Amino acid sequence: MKKNVYSYSSCILETLPLRVQQSSFSSTFPGKRLGQAAWSSEGFGSHWVRSVSVDLNNDASLVIDIPDALCERDKVKFTVHTKTTLSSFQKPEFSVPRQHEEFIWLHDTIVETEEYAGLIIPPAPPKPDFEGPREKMHKLGEGESSMTKEEYAKMKQELEAEYLAVFKKTVQVHEVFLQRLSSHPIFRKDRNFQIFLEYDQDLSVRRKNAKEMFGGFFKNMVKSADEVLISGVKEVDEFFEQEKTFLLDYSSKIKDASAKAEKMTRSHKNVADDYNHISGALNSTAADNNTAFKKHLEKYAEVFEKLRKLEDRVASDQELKLTELLRYYTRDIQAAKDLLYRRARALADNENSNKALDKARLKGKDIAQAEENQKQCLQKFDKLSESGKKELTSFKARRVVAFRKNLIEMTELEIKHAKVRRLKCCVYHYMFTRQCSGSHGKPGNMREF
Amino acid sequence: MAASSERSPPPFPDSEEPELLEDSDEEADAFTGTSISEMDSPSPDSTRPPKDIFNEPPEDIFSDPLSNINSEPQKKVDAKIPSPSSDEAVDLFSDPLDDDSEVMSSPEVQNPMPDLLNEPVEAPKSDSSSKSSSVKKAASAEMFGDDDDEEDLFKEPPKVVTKKPQPSGPPVDVFTEVKSDVKVKPQVKDDPTDLFAEEALTAPAPKPSSGSSSSRTNGVHSEEQDLFSEATVELSLDSPCNDRKNKEAVKPSVSAPAAPVASSSSKAPSKSLEELEEEESEDKFDLNISITNPEKVGDGMNAYMAYKVSTQTSLTMFRSKTFTVRRRFSDFLGLFEKLSEKHSQNGYLIPPPPEKSILGMTKVKVGKEDPSSAEFVERRRAALERYLQRVVSHPSLLQDPDVREFLEKEELPRAVSTQALSGAGFLKMLNKATDAVSKMTIKMNEQDVWFDEKIQDVENEEQHLRKLHVMVESLVNHRKELSGNTAVFAKSVAMLGSSEDNTALSRALSQLAEVEDRIEQLHQEQASNDFFTFSELLADYIRLLGAVRGCFDQRMKAWQRWQDAENMLQKKREAEAKLLWANKPDKLQQAKDEITEWEAKVTQYEREFERISATVRKEVIRFDKEKARDFNRQVIKYLESLLHSQQQLIKYWDAFLPEAKAIV
Repeated sequence: MKKNVYSYSSCILETLPLRVQQSSFSSTFPGKRLGQAAWSSEGFGSHWVRSVSVDLNNDASLVIDIPDALCERDKVKFTVHTKTTLSSFQKPEFSVPRQHEEFIWLHDTIVETEEYAGLIIPPAPPKPDFEGPREKMHKLGEGESSMTKEEYAKMKQELEAEYLAVFKKTVQVHEVFLQRLSSHPIFRKDRNFQIFLEYDQDLSVRRKNAKEMFGGFFKNMVKSADEVLISGVKEVDEFFEQEKTFLLDYSSKIKDASAKAEKMTRSHKNVADDYNHISGALNSTAADNNTAFKKHLEKYAEVFEKLRKLEDRVASDQELKLTELLRYYTRDIQAAKDLLYRRARALADNENSNKALDKARLKGKDIAQAEENQKQCLQKFDKLSESGKKELTSFKARRVVAFRKNLIEMTELEIKHAKVRRLKCCVYHYMFTRQCSGSHGKPGNMREF
Repeated sequence: MAASSERSPPPFPDSEEPELLEDSDEEADAFTGTSISEMDSPSPDSTRPPKDIFNEPPEDIFSDPLSNINSEPQKKVDAKIPSPSSDEAVDLFSDPLDDDSEVMSSPEVQNPMPDLLNEPVEAPKSDSSSKSSSVKKAASAEMFGDDDDEEDLFKEPPKVVTKKPQPSGPPVDVFTEVKSDVKVKPQVKDDPTDLFAEEALTAPAPKPSSGSSSSRTNGVHSEEQDLFSEATVELSLDSPCNDRKNKEAVKPSVSAPAAPVASSSSKAPSKSLEELEEEESEDKFDLNISITNPEKVGDGMNAYMAYKVSTQTSLTMFRSKTFTVRRRFSDFLGLFEKLSEKHSQNGYLIPPPPEKSILGMTKVKVGKEDPSSAEFVERRRAALERYLQRVVSHPSLLQDPDVREFLEKEELPRAVSTQALSGAGFLKMLNKATDAVSKMTIKMNEQDVWFDEKIQDVENEEQHLRKLHVMVESLVNHRKELSGNTAVFAKSVAMLGSSEDNTALSRALSQLAEVEDRIEQLHQEQASNDFFTFSELLADYIRLLGAVRGCFDQRMKAWQRWQDAENMLQKKREAEAKLLWANKPDKLQQAKDEITEWEAKVTQYEREFERISATVRKEVIRFDKEKARDFNRQVIKYLESLLHSQQQLIKYWDAFLPEAKAIV
């Protein structure tokens, strides 16, 4: 997969805490563009890593990416860039601006399309969640007067890092959604999808209104009630029976693991933040010290600053590689479960139509209609079963590949980070040992006093 | 990789020393003329050639590797590293050279030459040519260079960063670079950032080609050890009695075989000798105290913890070289009380013992084998040990008979004052309160700028350390939390693994769970390291700074006494004047006597004040020095612990990698 690199114009947070009083996030991240430079400009992040990869076919006929995104108010505007050789598109290359709501719209239309019932529909990207950074921003705004310069700078740094991480993740998860669609032989031909990619005007998707929201909620209720009912339906196909037990079990496990991983990474971040605070406190201690010790303190502050950076990277890589993977597959497994649900529905329909036909035959009326109905149901069910089987098999393969890739990458990153940290420790250790031996018991040291 | 070497540098350095010597030999080859001539002039300029020399040899290796390697078996060690990745290595080595030229041109940077470089260069030479005079020179040059040396560490030569090449195999290359930097001292400070950037620039998982990897690793090994060995060597050469020591340090290494590894055993004895000497010269005494075996004595609420206090010494003031006594916590407090009574009014800084903790102790008394009470006991044991070590490292306190008694005497009279601890604590608090009041009322106009600033500084520092302490505590807690969360995650992943239907993935997941389990352990260890090496250090120093303030208060009291006497004298003089005026000769004689008496008192008090001022000043300076050393030591220890956990992490993940790759 093409490695695309997001950047963030260095000015993005420069002005950041100036207008926090309004506590509106929008005013502080006003329309900053994430342009073409690189994350790596931060000094170390050359490993722009993709948390979830889905590219099963390296088909170049439809390549989609999100090279650029814009954070505006609460919304994130993504630039969706498409390169294609397919004749169904007017141009071989084009970009359109899209918002999160439009992604959701696309997902919903696909879900509602009858003929895709037998497919695992790629899970919709979660809503951009800037709650974390926003909260921090709030804290920063509140504490601005009471904080020392160092602390303020540290907080800002944390905020920047967190904001970036969230942004990166958001962009990525949206991109992955589109890439899953584009790599699927059927979805890629979907009319709505193509419109989504090509139509350069606003799709004028409105947010769901209250009624629809309620409707959606209701639908979910019905679905879960149905699920219970349907689980009572006797499964005819062993494959699906197995899949069902597996997916139900797996889904709860992965959900749990994902939550636990999230917790773990969060506490890891806390540790990194603590390093940051320690470094800040050491610096302010050094600022008030005017003996030879000052330099030492500054050095220690530097050590902890380094430790923070490294620990932060470990935490965010873990988050990106592990937590995101688990999170993504939690959603994907839900999508697979939905497929099973749809199939089970079709099975139930099929059985009902069978019964109806029997009844009609018994009564001797509307036989033709019932027969027609029964035939349709059966056909639909068979079709669904067939494509469902294929989908689930490929899903399994995809999952294993993704896990493999992510686990390898994570391990490699862990090793790399540990090595860097080890090296740092070595260097500092050496330095301090030297300093230690060189600094005491010498008249030169007394000079300061 | 070489975990042990990093954790405990001392055992290894010996193996490296030959290399050091080697290097210096090379230098002699390259720059015979200059180095010798420079060496003879003990001016700061003498620092130049070594630097040159240290930069040069690597260059040499590349320019005509064959001849060099052949002529000098030692060089193989050096050559080994660059050879697998010659391009980068060349860059690496030539780079410092560039730097060097810059350094040469700017006098201020050139001046501070690390003694580390000086010593090995000159020492061996003098030895081989048996010119002991040059050793002296070396020593003196070293003394010269030394004060600058430390500052130098903090100087940042900005050029280095831009010039650095990009190595492809980070771990290895970076290490070689470290080495080159070790030789070019002024860069050390800058180096970390630099290395770091480089590391980041390289691809995420740069694997050196398998063929060269083994030899590379070897290189890395030797480099790492090298780092520390040089440091240790320096340490050992560092003490005032350089002359004698140099010889001693040099002799064994010269006699040692050329191969660095083989030499390690033969060098061991000399090392210990050096250590001994070092201690002697640094602390002027040899006294090791350790507290071990905390043991619960008695039952119920009357139970107490007894600690084994072992002393090892060669000081003649003690009856034997090693002895052990059992002491309980209140004995330690009693010692403190006695010492404070006797010495605090003289302005001595009496190290404060750890506070009594009713809660913690009650837990120990009541609880059985509770991990938290075990932690409490260990924490107290360590704190008591540090306390005693601080007491005996004070030259005046060590002479105190009570200290000697505490360490030596089998049975100690029960420390009464601390027994009713709450009462005593309350009294103490009352005392402190009155002190505080009197402090407020005493308006001392400080004549001494040094004290004026110092008092302010100490107060500020205490504030900062308190803040820092809170943050470190939060780090400890967060790390514990992380450890707990990791454990939970490990369990969850294990469950996920058991549900997974792909065999290889299932296996990998359960392996991952195991790795996470181990990492949890690491986090836990690290949390206790955070606590014991860092948080406790801060707690100690917060207490000690309180004691320092106590010293200042003592001084102020002395001043107050003096001022009071001064006032009294004034009054007496006025009275005398009045008497004169009133013409009462009968009382005049008495008044005159009183004036002489008070004059004597004023002089006495003034002298006392001056004495206490001098003592406090000396004490504070000593304290500052100790503090810097203590912090450094603890930070080093802390880094070692981090180093260790990184080592383990690498091991764990390295083991996991093939599992992940085996997923099909």
